[in-house]
Amino acid sequence: MRDVAVVGFAQRQMKEMDGSPTCVEVLVPIFAELFAQTGWAKGDIGFWCSGSSDYLAGRSFSFVSAVDAIGALPPVNESHVEMDAAWALYEAWVKIQTGEVDTALVYGFGKSSAGVLRRTLAMQLDPYTVTPLWPDTVSLAGLQARAGLEAGAWDERSMAEVAARSSTSAVDNEFAVRKGALSVEDVLGQPVYADPLRRSDIAPVSDGAAAIVLAAEDRAHEVSERPAWITGLEHRTDQITLGTRDLTRSPSAAGAGSAAGAAGVDTAELHAPFSHQELILRRELGLGDDVDVNPSGGALSGNPLFCSGLIRIGEAARRIWSGESGRALGHATSGPALQQNLVCVMEGRG
Amino acid sequence: MFHFWAMAPTADAVESRTLHAPMRVEFDYTRSLGPVLSQFMTGLRERRISGGVLSDGSVVVPPPEYDPVTHAQLAELVAVGDEGVVTTWSWVAEPVMDQPLDRPFAYALVTLDGADAPMLHAVAVDSPADMHTGMRVRAHWVDDPVGAITDLAWFEPAAARDEGAGSVAGEGRARARLRDEAATEQSRPGEATGEAPEETSPPAEAGEGELVVTRIVSPVRLAYDYAASPEESKFFRGLAEGRILGQRCPTCHKVYVPPRGACPVDGVPTTDEVELPDRGTVTTFCIVNVPFLGQKITPPYVSAYVLLDGADIAFLHLILDTEASEVRMGMRVEAVWKPRSEWGTTIENISHFRPTGEPDADFETYQQHL
Repeated sequence: MRDVAVVGFAQRQMKEMDGSPTCVEVLVPIFAELFAQTGWAKGDIGFWCSGSSDYLAGRSFSFVSAVDAIGALPPVNESHVEMDAAWALYEAWVKIQTGEVDTALVYGFGKSSAGVLRRTLAMQLDPYTVTPLWPDTVSLAGLQARAGLEAGAWDERSMAEVAARSSTSAVDNEFAVRKGALSVEDVLGQPVYADPLRRSDIAPVSDGAAAIVLAAEDRAHEVSERPAWITGLEHRTDQITLGTRDLTRSPSAAGAGSAAGAAGVDTAELHAPFSHQELILRRELGLGDDVDVNPSGGALSGNPLFCSGLIRIGEAARRIWSGESGRALGHATSGPALQQNLVCVMEGRG
Repeated sequence: MFHFWAMAPTADAVESRTLHAPMRVEFDYTRSLGPVLSQFMTGLRERRISGGVLSDGSVVVPPPEYDPVTHAQLAELVAVGDEGVVTTWSWVAEPVMDQPLDRPFAYALVTLDGADAPMLHAVAVDSPADMHTGMRVRAHWVDDPVGAITDLAWFEPAAARDEGAGSVAGEGRARARLRDEAATEQSRPGEATGEAPEETSPPAEAGEGELVVTRIVSPVRLAYDYAASPEESKFFRGLAEGRILGQRCPTCHKVYVPPRGACPVDGVPTTDEVELPDRGTVTTFCIVNVPFLGQKITPPYVSAYVLLDGADIAFLHLILDTEASEVRMGMRVEAVWKPRSEWGTTIENISHFRPTGEPDADFETYQQHL
């Protein structure tokens, strides 16, 4: 296996982007920022890989329009996944492992606010027996939250603790969409919105884009004093049938976590768009109370779809570069109620 | 395909950076069914619910085509009741389009009598106070089932139904009850390994002699507030004044019309505005001979790429006021504008292009743009 590290990260998150869902105008400055971080130019990038969704954009082939932001003439080596860009990062990592390229730029983008996000996401469900009922994302998460509440897997207070801590941590995050010092009592005092969920249990609808630069071995040392070396990168999925899943657990997260080596991290950025999902992930990934969870505020402070998972990896990597963390993980999820999960474990050396 | 050649200005169009327009994307998916779902949907049309027997003997509704653990194709369906128990629920305070109810309701996982795993559906109650885990609910069928999951309109509290709800579905309900009793006996885990119960006899017999349900139609309606990019917005606003505005890449100096967010060659924002003339050269074209739904012009007519003088990218428009057979590569054309009173922020301000009568352009002048 080749040693591959995260050496660049840039992001934008906002409540509502005043611009085209191709997000070209957001991606151009992000790429410029990455070139500034690395000192590289377009020609130094061996592979480009993006994550986005036409259902979010409301137009076909929106990822092709986004390629304008690269400046793809002469043609570039490029690919796309209709998933969170964390999975594009996985593809790029595999590409580097093949030896075909040494560097990659991974980006994700989405304008969630263009449609009714919680409804649009019903398109990812079983198209025969579930999508025709149009269950929205919030309702599906609510089923999961109540299942855990009534099984005693978590309680209202532990959910409120997640919401309060996320909002408070996000104060220092310039990109956070929702932030502000909040106590557990503040949260518990809020009305229930989608019983059993409060609004603070639910990630805000967010627009944005993010990108990460990966580099192998010497190319990583070339641009970074302390690269975030990827020591484990795994993804798993649970079955599509909601009724046969134990919604209070996430075998796919546990499987990805143990295979990627989640044990022993000091920092974890978890892609949990609902407060109780952080509780599930902490359990499945075996994260103890000594682990710094979501120092950025996590997805509850901003959840631009198709890059929110990638942002978690970037936020974790950033803390390794700065020396705040020795070993950190970034997690991404996709599908309903934590169906698919990806875990990226990174470490600093020396 | 989605084109946004017309952008409706928002109320504050003058101040807003970008133009927005409501956009609806609608399509009907026709999905063919595998043998398991075919049988399940055929049953629904008869107001009967069936579950699949998994490798561990458990009964799951709706039945998956394949066992989620062994991945073997399901071999057996059994009838289950249309009444069951809520295992978890969530409240929908603000329903969205196409959900089973258009007033606040609950989604719930319901384990039907005779099943071992819950199914997702709606429960019609007035308030979250009327919901609790463990409550019994009963299916409320639509009047005219067609063989789709939506034949189950929703579930409602079983007690309320017992107290005498509407009578429309009375006969169906009575039948369903009879079948429930049979189902409860026949579909217990471990006892479901013998012959298929009467309800799940070969699909060909389903529907009382009618055809088996082999496919479903899933209408999808998505609504967006579609925004043009800032550059595109300038383009459309220019059209409203009878001007054609492009933008020049500061690096390679190419002129794009309509303008793009970034130069596709250099990846830098195109910053310099360029006003272009409304005449140019046909680079390539096609003659439309095929009628289609919504067609506004009688075929044959010509769609062509027009390279405006001074632009580096051609754009698509119509060539009219001439025989289709006369249109050729290199032909010089000019815009024919609609009356000014009809102008908006749309490319349709230009009705079409027509020949200018000038000599054809030399091939060398447009060969880089083919």
